[in-house]
Amino acid sequence: MIHFVLHDAKDTVAVVVVEGVKAGTSMTGWIMDEDRMIDVAALQDIPIGHKVALKNMAIGDTVWKYGIDMGKVVAPIVTGQHAHVHNIKTKRW
Amino acid sequence: MSIISKDTTFLGYRRENGRVGVRNHVIVLPLDDLSNTAAEAVAHNIKGVMAIPHPYGRLQFGADLELHFRTLIGAGSNPNVAAVVVIGIEDGWTQKVVEGIKLTGKPVVGYGIELHGDHDTIMRASKAAREYVQWASEKQRVECPISDLWISTKCGESDTTSGCGANPTVGNAFDKLHPLGNYLCFGETTELTGGEHIVAARCANDDVRKKFQFMFDRYQDVINRHKTSDLSDSQPTKGNIAGGLTTIEEKALGNIQKIGKLCTVDGVIDKAETPTHPGLWFMDSSSAAAEMVTLCAASGYAVHFFPTGQGNVIGNAIVPVIKICANPRTVRTMSEHIDVDTTGLLQREISLDQAGDKLLECMLRTANGRLTAAEALGHREFVLTRLYESA
Repeated sequence: MIHFVLHDAKDTVAVVVVEGVKAGTSMTGWIMDEDRMIDVAALQDIPIGHKVALKNMAIGDTVWKYGIDMGKVVAPIVTGQHAHVHNIKTKRW
Repeated sequence: MSIISKDTTFLGYRRENGRVGVRNHVIVLPLDDLSNTAAEAVAHNIKGVMAIPHPYGRLQFGADLELHFRTLIGAGSNPNVAAVVVIGIEDGWTQKVVEGIKLTGKPVVGYGIELHGDHDTIMRASKAAREYVQWASEKQRVECPISDLWISTKCGESDTTSGCGANPTVGNAFDKLHPLGNYLCFGETTELTGGEHIVAARCANDDVRKKFQFMFDRYQDVINRHKTSDLSDSQPTKGNIAGGLTTIEEKALGNIQKIGKLCTVDGVIDKAETPTHPGLWFMDSSSAAAEMVTLCAASGYAVHFFPTGQGNVIGNAIVPVIKICANPRTVRTMSEHIDVDTTGLLQREISLDQAGDKLLECMLRTANGRLTAAEALGHREFVLTRLYESA
């Protein structure tokens, strides 16, 4: 089963594509552009469609998705945590 | 590989001006808010006729009024429409809409309410509508090359599965249609924020790029004048955020997947303008679903691709809206709204190429006459875009 997908190997977040991911779930992820698999353990419950962090990030870091800048970190994030509006913010408005 | 080629055909209605429609609507088009009641009464009287009510058309001026006329005339001129009865509060602007639609050569007539009242207007308009609907009911579908099909796209209630699954499916279909000479369209100006450089890089030449950048900057100026944090949960929307989207940049990068990997952006149009040659057109437009699809209908597009994540239920009065979804929860909980299920894409069960073909197959069936989910459910959204306050 594929638990999460990402587009680019450079991405620091990935999308959970199944329901029921709980803290402790061992997840398999698919890097779509390279057709390669990676593993990450979820540290928190993550709803379907929401993102998991793929690396540790500090405040001010740029968040990468699709291999492109998608915003900045506003609260520290640890690999496996839920990455969303509580720790990431747009750089635009 | 693709299931379509330049030899692919569909069965459509060829109109007087050569354009091809996939539906055969006879519509009653109100010029203004005041005329909705009479228009709906005509549609009640005459079976097979559709009224398209809307809330505007009084005391607009300048560019906002021009857009109003362009949208109504464009909607009436759409090849999915066989004939039009226009009803307005007074004759002057009513006839302006009639004259605009008349350029297509299709049957159109207008009635002003003043000096007649609702009763007499409804009676006269009903007589015309009955004649039109009986005339239109004898029109036959004919075999048409696939390049005669104009296709637009806009996504809605997007979530992260839109960017990974449903939107790339549209992109794959567009990549296969573009070389065949189809007219294609995308827009949603503010929803390109954070990915505007990607669209600019895809423009076919510097002239197109300059026009795109002008439209993008013009809309950003509007946003900057009224800006709030995350635009008050409108970009991204509450639904987007519930679905896992975090920033406008992330939403834009997912949005842009709809223009595929190969298509060039070949032209730029303002809202409800008609494209002048085949290829992929960027239309400056709102990202609100019903507004954008209505503008596409007014530009002459006959079929719409609408990818969704959390489950937008939209349809359109004139254009069949094909909904594509890659979110398994949405497909399970809202299946009656989804035409093309691409959940297999995110489990690596089908390839993007197969997902694109699945959409194209649905497009051909829809063009040939199969009702979309939104049509079967009675969704007839028709929403006019306003530029500023009425006088």
